[in-house]
Amino acid sequence: MTTLSPPRPGPARATGSAPRRRPLLRRYDWDAYLYLVPAFAFYLVFLVRPVVESIWIALFDWDGITASEWVGFDNFADVLADPQIWQATLHSLVFVVFYALLPTALALVFVGAIARIRVRGLAAFRALLFVPYILSTVVVAISWRWIFAETGPLNTALRAIGLDGLTRTWLGDFTTALPSVGIIGTWVMFGLAFVLFVSGLQNIPAEQFEAARLDGAGPVREFFAVTLPALRGEIQVALVLMITAALRNFDIVWNTTAGGPGTSTTVPSYFIYREAFVTHQVGRASAIAVVLTLLIFAIVGAVMWLTRDRDAAAPRGGTR
Amino acid sequence: MRIRRSEQLLGLLLLIVGALLALLPFLSIVLLALTPSGERTGGGGLPSSLTLENFATAWTRGGFGQALWSSLVVAVAVVLGASLVSVLAGYAFSTMRFPGRFVLLGILLVGLVMPYEGIIVPLYYLLEGMGLLNTYWALILPQIATSVSLGVLWMRTAYANVPRSLGEAASIDGAGRWATLWRVYVPVSAPAIATLGTLLFLYTWNEFLMALVLVPQNPDVQTAPLALSFFAGSTRNFDPSVTAAAAVIVALPILVVYAIFQRRFITGVVAGAVKE
Repeated sequence: MTTLSPPRPGPARATGSAPRRRPLLRRYDWDAYLYLVPAFAFYLVFLVRPVVESIWIALFDWDGITASEWVGFDNFADVLADPQIWQATLHSLVFVVFYALLPTALALVFVGAIARIRVRGLAAFRALLFVPYILSTVVVAISWRWIFAETGPLNTALRAIGLDGLTRTWLGDFTTALPSVGIIGTWVMFGLAFVLFVSGLQNIPAEQFEAARLDGAGPVREFFAVTLPALRGEIQVALVLMITAALRNFDIVWNTTAGGPGTSTTVPSYFIYREAFVTHQVGRASAIAVVLTLLIFAIVGAVMWLTRDRDAAAPRGGTR
Repeated sequence: MRIRRSEQLLGLLLLIVGALLALLPFLSIVLLALTPSGERTGGGGLPSSLTLENFATAWTRGGFGQALWSSLVVAVAVVLGASLVSVLAGYAFSTMRFPGRFVLLGILLVGLVMPYEGIIVPLYYLLEGMGLLNTYWALILPQIATSVSLGVLWMRTAYANVPRSLGEAASIDGAGRWATLWRVYVPVSAPAIATLGTLLFLYTWNEFLMALVLVPQNPDVQTAPLALSFFAGSTRNFDPSVTAAAAVIVALPILVVYAIFQRRFITGVVAGAVKE
């Protein structure tokens, strides 16, 4: 049977039945749940359940083996009163500068410099600049351990230009370890920011640049009048991704300094790992994990709000 | 409109300097790995001769053949598993009406920003209880779960670009919902599925924390990044040239894959990010 009637709202199933108003229950596609079951089975068992359990475990004093003892919010009070955790959180905030703000600023300078010109081989440059982001963090850490080593390229270069006084074991020095680990993050994240911004740049209509130039805008004014506002969405995404990476940074710290020297590069995730799997204070480790997760959600929320689209009257996009 | 020549040069110069800085750290360990063990050039100048001996030493001592194989097994399993469940669930979200649709979508969104640190402790005890610690399953099952959020939202967007008329034509031809998915939606979305797969492959291949926590005691299932971390950490191998060679061995497969699929990698990361 063929019908030429306009498509009606509701399920687009060709039932072949007479055009009669169907009862409420039939208007839904109940078999949708069959399609959802596999994905949600994984998601609920291995993600949602652990999230809830993290909060639950944090309410106990538990060594992971023997019986646990209910302590209420003591673990949280303990964690929040621990100067070592505060110091680690402070390090994480320093990493936000190195992992998020610095790469964003640098990538914006790059994008500003190439926005007006036609670069031959831009795709190749983009691919090269992105390489640090695709490398395993362990490979990255080993590369930079060599760069920063006593006899590594950085010190060799400093000696070659007569700056022997500056040479040191960068990752082993109390004053330079934290910024050195930070620089590694800048190096990794720059490629991500650059790639995101270039893709945003390619969505800016050429007329906008032409209009700005007709108004006599120089490169700097053009950047602030055209490029920067057009990249708002990409900047937001880049900041969210990179701030999250900075706050949960574990891999690079673990594989370069493991928190040292002393406690000069500790981060919250380092304590989560150590207390859960080395010193067996599982309840406390979970409390740190819950606090860290909440901190990440709060900061991500704040960044999304601060970088929201102020011009858009309504939330953008439909539901589909 | 004319652009000054100096501006052109400045832009190009920045890109060249940036590309050099991006490559230099990795190139410096490639050079270190090729330097004979006895010879220390201090990172400056070229070694008098090059050798592949460090690679051979690293390969045999670190068991990287097995580690790369484990990485491949885990990554392929996660890509296939996560893609399959995402193909199904995305279809429901994109084409069907059912109660709880928006609530379920909201629950999935949480997974996009959920740090692994927030789930890793209970995950360890969950998998211990299942007797799966130190097996491939300990890495595959949780990483399918952490890929589901991105995967489902990704497929939902991909299906939204499939012309409705195609699906309707199929159902008029008598194809059921299941057949329509596999005959119409999946083939039309094949490029999107391939990009999703590339993205998940990259993330799974490089995952470190999960491997460190969930398979620390079984060298047979340890992935390449974990094996490399252990190798570099053990004092027995305290030869920087050999460690460098090991790092190059671990990096090489992903670099080769990247060289072939770099466009897909980059569009994938950009689209995946913007989705979040």
